[in-house]
Amino acid sequence: MSEATTLSRRTLLKVSALAGGGFALSATMPMVARAVGADAAAPAELTAFVTIAPDNTVTIIGKNPEIGQGIKTSLPMIVAEELDADWDLVKIEMADTNMAKYGPQLAGGSFSTPMNWMPMRQTGATARAMLIAAAAQQWGVPAASLSTEPGKVVEKASGRSATYGELASLAATMPVPDPESLVLKDQDDFRIIGRAIGGIDSPKIVRGEPIFGLDTQLPGMVYAAYERSPVFGATLVSADIDAAKAQPGVIDAFTVKGNGNPEELVDGVAVIASNWWLANRARSALKPEWDNGEWASHSTAGYAAKAKELMDGGQSAQTFGERGDMAAALASAAKVVTADYSYPFLAHVPMEPMNCTALMREDGVMEMWAPSQTPQGGLASVATYLGLPPEKVIVHITRMGGGFGRRLNNDYMVQVAAIAKEMPGTPVQLIWSREDDVRTDFYRPAGWHRFTASIDADGKMTGLKDHFVTFDLGESPFNPALMAPDTFPAKLMDNLLLQQDMMRTAIPMGALRAPNSNALAFVTQSFLDEVAQETGKDLPTLIMEIVEGVEPEPTTMGFTGPTPGFNPNRLRAVTEKVMDMANWGQPVADGRALGFGYYWSHQGYFAEVVEVSLSDSKQVQVHNVWCAGDVGNQIINPFGALNQVEGAIIDGIGQALQLAVEVENGAVKQSNFHNYLLPRMPMTPQIHVEWVKSDNSPTGLGEPALPPVIPALTNALFALTGKRVRSLPIDTSLFG
Amino acid sequence: MAFTVTINEETREIDAPGDMPLLWALRQELGMVGTKFGCGIGMCGACTVHLDGQAVRSCSLPLSAIGDKKVSTIEHLAQSEVGQALQQAWLDDDVMQCGYCQAGQLMSATALLNNNATPSDDEIDAAMQGNICRCACYKRIKTAIAQVSRNEEDTANV
Repeated sequence: MSEATTLSRRTLLKVSALAGGGFALSATMPMVARAVGADAAAPAELTAFVTIAPDNTVTIIGKNPEIGQGIKTSLPMIVAEELDADWDLVKIEMADTNMAKYGPQLAGGSFSTPMNWMPMRQTGATARAMLIAAAAQQWGVPAASLSTEPGKVVEKASGRSATYGELASLAATMPVPDPESLVLKDQDDFRIIGRAIGGIDSPKIVRGEPIFGLDTQLPGMVYAAYERSPVFGATLVSADIDAAKAQPGVIDAFTVKGNGNPEELVDGVAVIASNWWLANRARSALKPEWDNGEWASHSTAGYAAKAKELMDGGQSAQTFGERGDMAAALASAAKVVTADYSYPFLAHVPMEPMNCTALMREDGVMEMWAPSQTPQGGLASVATYLGLPPEKVIVHITRMGGGFGRRLNNDYMVQVAAIAKEMPGTPVQLIWSREDDVRTDFYRPAGWHRFTASIDADGKMTGLKDHFVTFDLGESPFNPALMAPDTFPAKLMDNLLLQQDMMRTAIPMGALRAPNSNALAFVTQSFLDEVAQETGKDLPTLIMEIVEGVEPEPTTMGFTGPTPGFNPNRLRAVTEKVMDMANWGQPVADGRALGFGYYWSHQGYFAEVVEVSLSDSKQVQVHNVWCAGDVGNQIINPFGALNQVEGAIIDGIGQALQLAVEVENGAVKQSNFHNYLLPRMPMTPQIHVEWVKSDNSPTGLGEPALPPVIPALTNALFALTGKRVRSLPIDTSLFG
Repeated sequence: MAFTVTINEETREIDAPGDMPLLWALRQELGMVGTKFGCGIGMCGACTVHLDGQAVRSCSLPLSAIGDKKVSTIEHLAQSEVGQALQQAWLDDDVMQCGYCQAGQLMSATALLNNNATPSDDEIDAAMQGNICRCACYKRIKTAIAQVSRNEEDTANV
């Protein structure tokens, strides 16, 4: 029980039949549930994940937003496991946004699994204990003489049993056990965790049933398009509102004053119509005039030139990591390796374009249907913007057509709230065009690095220096433009000097799947491969040398609960596993070569090997990817887990080969899938995944498989061609 | 302007401008939201429907261009044997992650197998490369199509 943290902290298990972990009884028993302690005065203090109906149906609440990462299936699997439910009788219902009832609800950072593993187990175990207590009372036997089988309490001695449905109403009157008293299942006895279970919504999806945010339909609903400047930081001077209003199907058009914060609301014009296509088309009649201010001169080419100037200047604004004496290491080095690396801005482009539906109700409540990865943050932003108390904003969480970090920002929620508040009583669905999405995203920050490594006469890497040029994102507590000083291998260098310069920009930046790591894995693992080449060894060998004698770091209390520190044994295990899988070091087919990449991010250890060739036209062809991953001692749902890894690998390959967002004259040049080239089916390699189980609680899989595939690919290209890719996306002219 | 269109074997009246793409008529004039909006320029395939059995991008098909041709959408897919087999394969192989593109993927896959019951690997790639899956479930999509194709072949050989 040492892992139990978040439950007690959040008082999720308040004594009440409706309490956290316990269960709300079905609709047929409301008075029973109420009578035993639901405190009507403070319903927000209650939490309910499990409801059991007399017909034995177990309804489990899916607390976290579903963006395709499978969490709506996997968290309820954990609850059902400890409840010892019959999975065939389980129904899953999506929670509404409610911090007090459900705790943090977010889809990001691969947090959901580590953060909820123990609370969801305890929630299920609590309900099971109450069902056993009910049977004990009914039969007049000690609870200790009873056990459970899927969906029922059994007394082995007598052979009698009662289904959960039969016991539910009595169980609701049992005292909620102290979390510390709960006995969790031995993991060897798991029946549901570890079973490959299809996504809970998948049957609806293949039938085309309404399930996504964009599928929200309400009586009398109208559709909104939002015209804003493609230049970041611009303000609206004027627009021809009347011309837009005169367009076919247009119901209304009005200007919306922003607050200058792109995470909330920027200046624009809302166009409302009976059909979104008509609203969107009418935007062209607005002919808006913008004050683009100082930012209209900014460009990615300009940033790249400025970065080079800063790196060449040598004088860095800020030292963010220092150990030993890097100057001395360089002075005494037998060999010095230096190289510049860079990566571009990237957009998220989830398949479901940004949208949100809002109704300013006549009772003063703003009700919303939001595809958001952070619905609690969105609720707070909307409440603040409208000047409403949070309890006057209701946010229903819809399934999302992808997130990838884009929906961590809730600008579209504030936007539709700003529009809907002008039309009380009328539901408004705001939809962004794909062009809106590509051109007004929160981009993965571009970055530039000048690395220098010192190598001694024995071929040992003795120090690392990085002059990093990135962007100033202000006071943001989470900054996807930064490099942590404990990034691998910096954290293990005897001599280290990390310096950075910050450039100012109005380009909004945010977290893209495996933030920071998706860029830093490329630059650090590629540069290490250069160092390895210079010392006549391969990258896995160099990495093993770097971690030689390094002890595992202790477990600390992190955002998701107890968090194991860096463990070189886990690194070794995945590295050795993938080398074995890929026959690393053995001859490969003519015209092909292998590359290796490793990264630890989001608590997952991943080592990957990529096999590439070049076509006659010098196009990069990825044939095989081998992947070994360690995300702890359980793969909760092998179906979803493998899907995440396969998708992350192809996502990473796509980033490496063909994705970049460029800015010219203060605006993004790319606009849609004809010039922002996502991977397509013919690019799909063979992907071979194996899990390395370690004695750690399970952690998330949305992200950590992505970062290493990029350097594994570029390192393979070096092995094949002798040409080093130091900038993304890969410029194939490098290969002649 | 009013158009009479045959959709999923039903005659539907749509009162909308002739240049309105079928996608937006389906979703917001008829309330059939199974067909998805992804890009609006025919580059992602999320909006794929069948027009006389062939896969077309409904975001780029104006109402005025439909004429007498028959429209079929994801909501009707289970009515066809191949469509139903693909839906089941999608579930058996747990093809999807977010699932948003899958209506379009299924419509393209069904059109492919209706035209060519036993496509080669390259033929699957060629027929499906117009459909983007941002979650990159391509490996599973391909496996599911190949599985249904093999089953068809087995049945034919009996």
